[in-house]
Amino acid sequence: MNKPDTMNAPNRLASAFAKPHPALVCFLTAGDGDTAANLDALVAGGADVIELGMPFTDPMADGPAIQNANIRSLGAGTTTADVFSMATEFRQRHPDIPLVLMGYANPMVRRGSEWFANAAKDAGVDGVICVDIPPEEDEALGPALRAAGIAPIRLATPTTDHKRLPAVIEGSEGFLYYVSVAGITGKQQAAQGSIEDAVAILKSATDLPVAVGFGVRTPEQAGAIAKVADGVVVGSALVELVAEHGSNAPAKLRELTAGLAKAVHSAARGTP
Amino acid sequence: MTEQPNSFRNQPDANSFRQMPDERGHFGDYGGRYVAETLMPLVLDLEREYRAAQADPAFKAEFDDLLEHYVGRPSPLYFAERLTENLRIGAASPDHGAQVWFKRDELNHTGAHKINNCIGQILLAIRMGKTRIIAETGAGQHGVATATVCARFGLPCVIYMGAEDIRRQQPNVFRMKLLGAKVVPVTSGRGTLKDAMNEGLRDWVANVHDTFYIIGTAAGPHPYPEMVRDFQSVIGKEARVQMQDRIGRLPDLLVAAIGGGSNALGLFHPFLDDADVKMLGVEAAGHGLDGDEHAASLLGGFPGVLHGNKTYLLQDDDGQITEGHSISAGLDYPGIGPEHAWLKDSGRVEYTAVTDEEALEAFQLLCRTEGIIPALEPSHAIAAVAKQAKEMPKDSVILANLCGRGDKDIFTVAERLGVEM
Repeated sequence: MNKPDTMNAPNRLASAFAKPHPALVCFLTAGDGDTAANLDALVAGGADVIELGMPFTDPMADGPAIQNANIRSLGAGTTTADVFSMATEFRQRHPDIPLVLMGYANPMVRRGSEWFANAAKDAGVDGVICVDIPPEEDEALGPALRAAGIAPIRLATPTTDHKRLPAVIEGSEGFLYYVSVAGITGKQQAAQGSIEDAVAILKSATDLPVAVGFGVRTPEQAGAIAKVADGVVVGSALVELVAEHGSNAPAKLRELTAGLAKAVHSAARGTP
Repeated sequence: MTEQPNSFRNQPDANSFRQMPDERGHFGDYGGRYVAETLMPLVLDLEREYRAAQADPAFKAEFDDLLEHYVGRPSPLYFAERLTENLRIGAASPDHGAQVWFKRDELNHTGAHKINNCIGQILLAIRMGKTRIIAETGAGQHGVATATVCARFGLPCVIYMGAEDIRRQQPNVFRMKLLGAKVVPVTSGRGTLKDAMNEGLRDWVANVHDTFYIIGTAAGPHPYPEMVRDFQSVIGKEARVQMQDRIGRLPDLLVAAIGGGSNALGLFHPFLDDADVKMLGVEAAGHGLDGDEHAASLLGGFPGVLHGNKTYLLQDDDGQITEGHSISAGLDYPGIGPEHAWLKDSGRVEYTAVTDEEALEAFQLLCRTEGIIPALEPSHAIAAVAKQAKEMPKDSVILANLCGRGDKDIFTVAERLGVEM
């Protein structure tokens, strides 16, 4: 049970996106390095939302950086129970920072979608992004998440045309994640102009906050995107710091996150 | 015998096993379209184009023409007389020892059933205006078949192949290169078929505008399982007619090896509504089903989601995919086509598994009794046939799919038999 003074799931996400500035969303793979210390560094650096990647043997939408983080995490013996422990402990340390689990369908549905949704709820998770459950297969996970009060966060992509967009938005909660590149994580970056056009279309179609990710690595890019979007997601660049610096990663993560947060938070909305 | 109606949407019949999948691509609980949003519009496009192609007589005519004159179909139906006699020696009684027949798909151009599907998919790719082809391959047979049709139609071709499989299947790697394909080694995971499929999906998602992914088995997101089955069903349609012509009736038992399951579905599907025809799918038991070193997704796995579909998977309690093992590179995939998952649960098809050792014995048995060197994949089917034939009456008929020839496997077999080459 949540204490009366802590927010429940939708409220934490809604509050993060209701701040007077755009939100910085930071991703790390659970169980890759000292996850607790690394997540704390992201929060200390100014992250508004944490995305915690659930490791999977077959991360087919991810580029080498996050693939390797998955391999390292699983190699270190990370289990689903461990991921939920990390989430639970994060929630105890940071009662108000939204925490989103991101991953692939199979580990999420292995013990049944209700089991997963309830475990996520008990761990204080606010939302779930499942890469390989499109709206067409929503019933595999969506109803259980909604019943548990967890936001199913959907992805929109450059290939999501106007015919599909309503189906993607319908049933989405928390925020809409715009994957700015048709490709895998951490590779190319999208042209700023194409991001601006896409975000404008998405925002005209939904009241949900729109966060933009894939290929965002630097404060400059993040700041430019934050001028048009409600949030900016950074993943591979952070994961690479964990790989490179090991136990010294928290200081590096905090430094990069602070730079990203400064750029994102100072970008005035609606002034592209 | 007139041609069987295939899966082209006829009137639904509740008693039919041949009406699947539903319009969302589900085979009961299995199948579906579990892909990233980036791929979803493509998968929907592909389905639309496939429906249009199914309704277009010109598409079927071109497919049939290429199968006849380029692939060399129909493949022969062959009565394996010496094998039959040999198996009767160990039969349950003098009245036992079924007749063993083979559908000779190893005689196809490129040496396996894989080419049937590749012809269909490349025609679809061309129809969709795609200009670049990618594929994954395990044993290399699908890679060779894809490289072949790409050469035939002048399209650039990239084949993803696990580094471990490249080591095991050098002759096929060289064949692909001769045919002009680029073979990309995949080192993630254990460097086998599933890792190659991950890499294929990563390429596809990054090149959606111009690239067609020719999936090699009846798995992946809808419509692939249905489409691959339909293209491979030429095997069973021919066999049905040939059996009637040769012995005036249908066989009692169909047997086929299963990795992803396309050769088995190709043989089985046209017979699914023939209640008197039993069917047996043969998975790879590797070192045995009691350990982890096997590739029997149906007999040793649990339902889950991988590579775009829900099906039986080799996985642990957390849903992490475990690596299959088989002496046959074409069978060691931790999943299986979703239609097989449904056929297993429905009880229409039975499934069994055969170990590496049993497959090796069957491989040698066929070499010596029939002068046919089979691939290690159908060697699993032959091992199962040997067990079944002994328990069946003499006048009963088993039809097994000889889905590939064994030239590619002689190095693996030599190594296992302790022969230096």
